[in-house]
Amino acid sequence: MTLRLRSSSWKSNLLKILRHNHGFGSASHAARHLRQKPPHEPTLRVSQNPISRFCNTMSEKLSSIGEHEDANTQVHANITSSPVMDFPGGKVAFTPEIQFISESSKERVPCYRVLDDNGQLITNSQFVQVSEEVAVKIYSNMVTLQIMDNIFYEAQRQGRLSFYATAIGEEAINIASAAALSPEDVIFPQYREPGVLLWRGFTLQEFANQCFGNKSDYGKGRQMPVHYGSNKLNYFTVSATIATQIPNAVGAAYSLKMDRKDACAVTYFGDGGTSEGDFHAAMNFAAVMEAPVLFICRNNGWAISTPTSDQFRSDGIVVKGRAYGIRSIRVDGNDALAMYSAVHSAREMAIKEHRPILIEALTYRVGHHSTSDDSTRYRSADEIEWWNKARNPLSRFRTWIESNGWWSDEEESDLRSRVKKEMLEALRVAEKTEKPNLKDMFSDVYDVPPSNLREQERLVRQTIKSHPQDYPSDVPL
Amino acid sequence: MAALLGRSCRRFGFLSSGHGARSVSTETGKSLNLYSAINQALHIALDSDPRSYVFGEDVGFGGVFRCTTGLAERFGKNRVFNTPLCEQGIVGFGIGLAAMGNRAIVEIQFADYIYPAFDQIVNEAAKFRYRSGNQFNCGGLTIRAPYGAVGHGGHYHSQSPEAFFCHVPGIKVVIPRSPREAKGLLLSSIRDPNPVVFFEPKWLYRQAVEEVPEHDYMIPLSEAEVIREGNDITLVGWGAQLTIMEQACLDAEKEGISCELIDLKTLLPWDKETVEASVKKTGRLLISHEAPITGGFGAEISATILERCFLKLEAPVSRVCGLDTPFPLVFEPFYMPTKNKILDAIKSTVNY
Repeated sequence: MTLRLRSSSWKSNLLKILRHNHGFGSASHAARHLRQKPPHEPTLRVSQNPISRFCNTMSEKLSSIGEHEDANTQVHANITSSPVMDFPGGKVAFTPEIQFISESSKERVPCYRVLDDNGQLITNSQFVQVSEEVAVKIYSNMVTLQIMDNIFYEAQRQGRLSFYATAIGEEAINIASAAALSPEDVIFPQYREPGVLLWRGFTLQEFANQCFGNKSDYGKGRQMPVHYGSNKLNYFTVSATIATQIPNAVGAAYSLKMDRKDACAVTYFGDGGTSEGDFHAAMNFAAVMEAPVLFICRNNGWAISTPTSDQFRSDGIVVKGRAYGIRSIRVDGNDALAMYSAVHSAREMAIKEHRPILIEALTYRVGHHSTSDDSTRYRSADEIEWWNKARNPLSRFRTWIESNGWWSDEEESDLRSRVKKEMLEALRVAEKTEKPNLKDMFSDVYDVPPSNLREQERLVRQTIKSHPQDYPSDVPL
Repeated sequence: MAALLGRSCRRFGFLSSGHGARSVSTETGKSLNLYSAINQALHIALDSDPRSYVFGEDVGFGGVFRCTTGLAERFGKNRVFNTPLCEQGIVGFGIGLAAMGNRAIVEIQFADYIYPAFDQIVNEAAKFRYRSGNQFNCGGLTIRAPYGAVGHGGHYHSQSPEAFFCHVPGIKVVIPRSPREAKGLLLSSIRDPNPVVFFEPKWLYRQAVEEVPEHDYMIPLSEAEVIREGNDITLVGWGAQLTIMEQACLDAEKEGISCELIDLKTLLPWDKETVEASVKKTGRLLISHEAPITGGFGAEISATILERCFLKLEAPVSRVCGLDTPFPLVFEPFYMPTKNKILDAIKSTVNY
């Protein structure tokens, strides 16, 4: 560029040229742009070609112009020693150093826990106090969940149930998170969170009815076992598709906010679910819509046979929150007290501040993915056993409540035998209960069956008359 | 080029002639184009239900087709808002909102971009009520998307994806042919207790103008309309294609062929009875749609009518549809089911 520096008004002329011809807002801006070496970096060689020499010279000259210009020039008064520029989206500081943000922090995000592996309260730990009543209820429900899972699993092995998926190892996540919520908080589960229903009062009989798909199943026998749902308990029906529930939860949260309810939406998913597009879509929406939703990720290390090292390369899930502008925490998912405290705090923030919160609960999937899986084919039985024994969430919490004098061996065995008996009875009754009527195959596709479905029901009934042997006898017609 | 000019010079007066027994069609109103009629419907919907919402990409400033003009100013940014650019998120969020008892009126900017939301629509929205044993539903969800040829849209601004959705039990698929129909059908879709996918013929947003009553009215879903009576052949179509078919009917009439033209309006669940009654009268059926012929919705209509009217048919069912190619740009005039293609098919069917 050619500059003819006139005598008295050369500064303002120069600024005009810089502004109009080159888009620089001020002299110091131009100086920064023209500078070819970073300041305070004597070891870098300045390039010797005439243009860069000129630029460097100019940048020195321009730096001396400063901010005291005549009234005609508009100098950005807010430019300080940290250079800043406007772009759509706001101001950013500039840096002349070429530096990439590292793909990972030096340290992994620490994990919040309150009870150590032996169930002892860690000194100076921060947690939300629970009463004896609540603590005992949490523990009892964890035990109930464990027993329910084991009995249902065995029932499938015996051929009484078509399918089952346990939540073994994740009882603390299930129950403690539910305990920290209010009954009005709406739940959008994946499929490994029946404990939330259990906490809210879903009975063992109701669970069994769904698993057997009998006429008392609220789902009317339409889905596989463990696809529970209860509008009474604000627990949306499970669908097997992974992560699809997550954006639904955000919409529901928005509704709660607009209706000014003292409630939030809560959605659960596993480590695998965070790879799905729906997870990312939902996180982004939640942040933009300022939706009061809790994203609770059960990072149990496995998505069927896929370990987390094949799932993502970030530091787990907690770091993804920041990418979307979402406050996040990593918690020890096997520490019921920490889970309770984290969810309790998160819920308050979500509702009061109209914001989403991401909670990554670290845990381990002790059970197989489902009864269709044998996980010893891809992980060692020793590893499973270690997590089941040494890192068991039940024993940890039990130690703590016992140390408070809130629990005893006697109560333990009483509870276990009572629940086992109740479970076996629930199974027996559910198995005997007849299936839903055939008409329930055609209802609820729409609010009212359209003509094509009325026609098809008619045709199916005709066919059944002609070939009754083709059809199960336990479905009433 | 000539075809393009021909299309843009076409007038839509015939759509107001109201052959069907709809009281709406004989009422007068204001002269509106399609996007204004839709806009009116949205204003009414939001006004009549305080728990209704309109959202999607760019709806805040009025939308790329101006269908949402004035809504944000009138009802506030909490009820009418832009979303991030993410169709799966838009529909997923809409399902959640609808599941809580709200009316979620979602806009997908072009039907060509609806596919990321296909999982949410098929696996969640369509099955929400059924899988829950009717404990839950997302009937308040309505998904609106502009569809169809526009003269220069190419692969990604011209698609007619209705056939994919007609294969999904649990949702409804509605396609209006004109401004007056669009307003009534959209209000019905919004208020229908089932999730509805509502495809708007973008070609008609500005091109189609007719008298639209200003009040709140609804046109029933799953009721086809005989918009032109005839005796020799039944023609079935929907959306913008009906205009082309109407032109073919007029030309056929000059050659002594009396055509009955039916607007299906709702493709899922569709009104088989009206089409069946018509074909039993005429003995001939021709279906026309812009979407590619293979696997198009015309095949479903053809198969059903064959089952029901076989002995009454004088000729094979004819389908005059888009070709089995991605929607081309330069070749659009060759791809499209034009008036003359339809006229030729009418004649060969009648002379079979």
